[in-house]
Amino acid sequence: MATIGAVVGGAVRPLRAQKAGERSPASIIFLVALWATLLFAMAALAALLFTSFADGLGRLDSNLFTQYASQLFPERGGARAAILGSLWVIGTTAVLAIPLGVAAAVYLEEFADPRRWYNRFIEVNLQNLAAVPAIIYGMLTAGMALAIGLRRGVLLAGGIALALLILPVIIISAREALRAVPAEIRQGSLALGASPLRTVWHQTLPASIPGVATGTILALSRALGEAAPLLLLGGLVFVTYDPDGLMSGFTTMPIQIYGWAGQPQIEFRTLASATIIVLLGMLLVMNAVAIVIRNRYQKRW
Amino acid sequence: MSGLRLAAMLSVVITIGIVIALLGPALEFFREVPVVDFLTGTRWAPRFANPSYGVLPLVTGTAWTTLIALCIAVPFGLGAAIYLSEYAPNRARKVLKPVLEVLAGIPSVVYGFFALYFIAPEVLKGLLGIEVGTFSVLAAGVALGIMIIPTVASLSEDAMSAVPQSLRDGSLALGANRMRTTLRVVFPAAISGIAASIVLGLSRAVGETMIVALAAGTQPTMVSSPTTPGQTMTGFIAQTATGESTPGTLTFNALYAVGLLLFVITLIVNIISIRLVRYFREAY
Repeated sequence: MATIGAVVGGAVRPLRAQKAGERSPASIIFLVALWATLLFAMAALAALLFTSFADGLGRLDSNLFTQYASQLFPERGGARAAILGSLWVIGTTAVLAIPLGVAAAVYLEEFADPRRWYNRFIEVNLQNLAAVPAIIYGMLTAGMALAIGLRRGVLLAGGIALALLILPVIIISAREALRAVPAEIRQGSLALGASPLRTVWHQTLPASIPGVATGTILALSRALGEAAPLLLLGGLVFVTYDPDGLMSGFTTMPIQIYGWAGQPQIEFRTLASATIIVLLGMLLVMNAVAIVIRNRYQKRW
Repeated sequence: MSGLRLAAMLSVVITIGIVIALLGPALEFFREVPVVDFLTGTRWAPRFANPSYGVLPLVTGTAWTTLIALCIAVPFGLGAAIYLSEYAPNRARKVLKPVLEVLAGIPSVVYGFFALYFIAPEVLKGLLGIEVGTFSVLAAGVALGIMIIPTVASLSEDAMSAVPQSLRDGSLALGANRMRTTLRVVFPAAISGIAASIVLGLSRAVGETMIVALAAGTQPTMVSSPTTPGQTMTGFIAQTATGESTPGTLTFNALYAVGLLLFVITLIVNIISIRLVRYFREAY
């Protein structure tokens, strides 16, 4: 007959470090696997930057900034039209998207009654819009331009397409910034007799500017790197003049890179990677500005 | 005030605009090409003498690139998320988070360049000895996968960080080690967010244009192996859009029919993702 001690002793095995501890083989293999995944991400980033920089660095000369694209002499051509075009398009996008996006965010966050069906509908709709592929916005803008008789290849159309693309992103990030402003500030302003609109204009919105600015700059940097919607709007690859207005023809850096990367001659590839360096440099500056604003001006309540 | 509401309503107007802009030409297209032929045909040749409008080659192209992208992004994205949320000391986080943010901020056309001039010739052909040509769905899919790693990683990390510490403490107190706690407690508790991050990555992979336009190739064939070139839905739209196509022609309308299909697919995927979050969400 078994004693209680024998039964219990048989059932409970002592914990052993090799099987269940932090240093068991399985745990160590798991941790090494996790490290490997991160190493892969870092290696991919390093390889990507190396591929772009290795070729293009030598071509990062004054020609790149002062010359237009040349089909015949790629070794002397430059990306002047594309660089200026990118700045024009991003400027147009910013002018269109920022006021609309912030206004929509203020309405949804400060005034909208979430119990109303149409406000809930706007919410779901925004989530869906944020996931619509970029190229679809190009098709929308092309269709719109056709309907109102706007020429497709103009800068304004490109700005509109990119503004539509980043509008949901701006609205979502601006709402988060507004939500972070504590209710006491609004209540204080209202208690002093300010109207709700005045409260937003003089208290809530100024308090949320750092957050709104950060989100907006990041959204604009996404627009700066986007090419897909502009392909449908006839963003041309070989433009040999400076854009001089909203109705001017244009090309941008991402489109120019796309056009050059597909050419068989090695000179075009070099030119593409030099343009990539300029593009990445601009994105880096924008992101750095966003981070500085976030760290320096963001208040923590 | 009403101006503000109008700005918010604009998002609905945009959606309606998208539907109208796509539906108009697409309906014209379907008047000449039956929907069934479009969805089940296996030959896509809109520019040939005897044109054929079966969209399946484009769908297989998209399916292959997306599948390959997920094979890269899911393990590497989840691994990064688990490490950052459960293991990383503060100093490691300070280095690793920016790496992921930079990866997320790089324009897709640069990833396309990377796929064309590094992944295909150097990694696939040189390092791994896989027989690929200049264009292949494999190279495009790998670059796509790297591009969506940050999407999967950052959303999954948010989901896992939101799991309350008391659950981890309870598991550790019962004698489970960190790996077991991560895999059996934290991971299941965060599964809704993790699933949503993967679905969102999938929808970005389906809709991405520049990488596949540069690196996947331009022949719409039924893709049966990852090393062959193929054209995706977005790749076809990009290629046709840059060529000359006059509004009103069947080729132009075909562009919008494919765009509509793409829109519907990403919409369905996105609705699934929103549902997933709601369905599995556990309130702590």
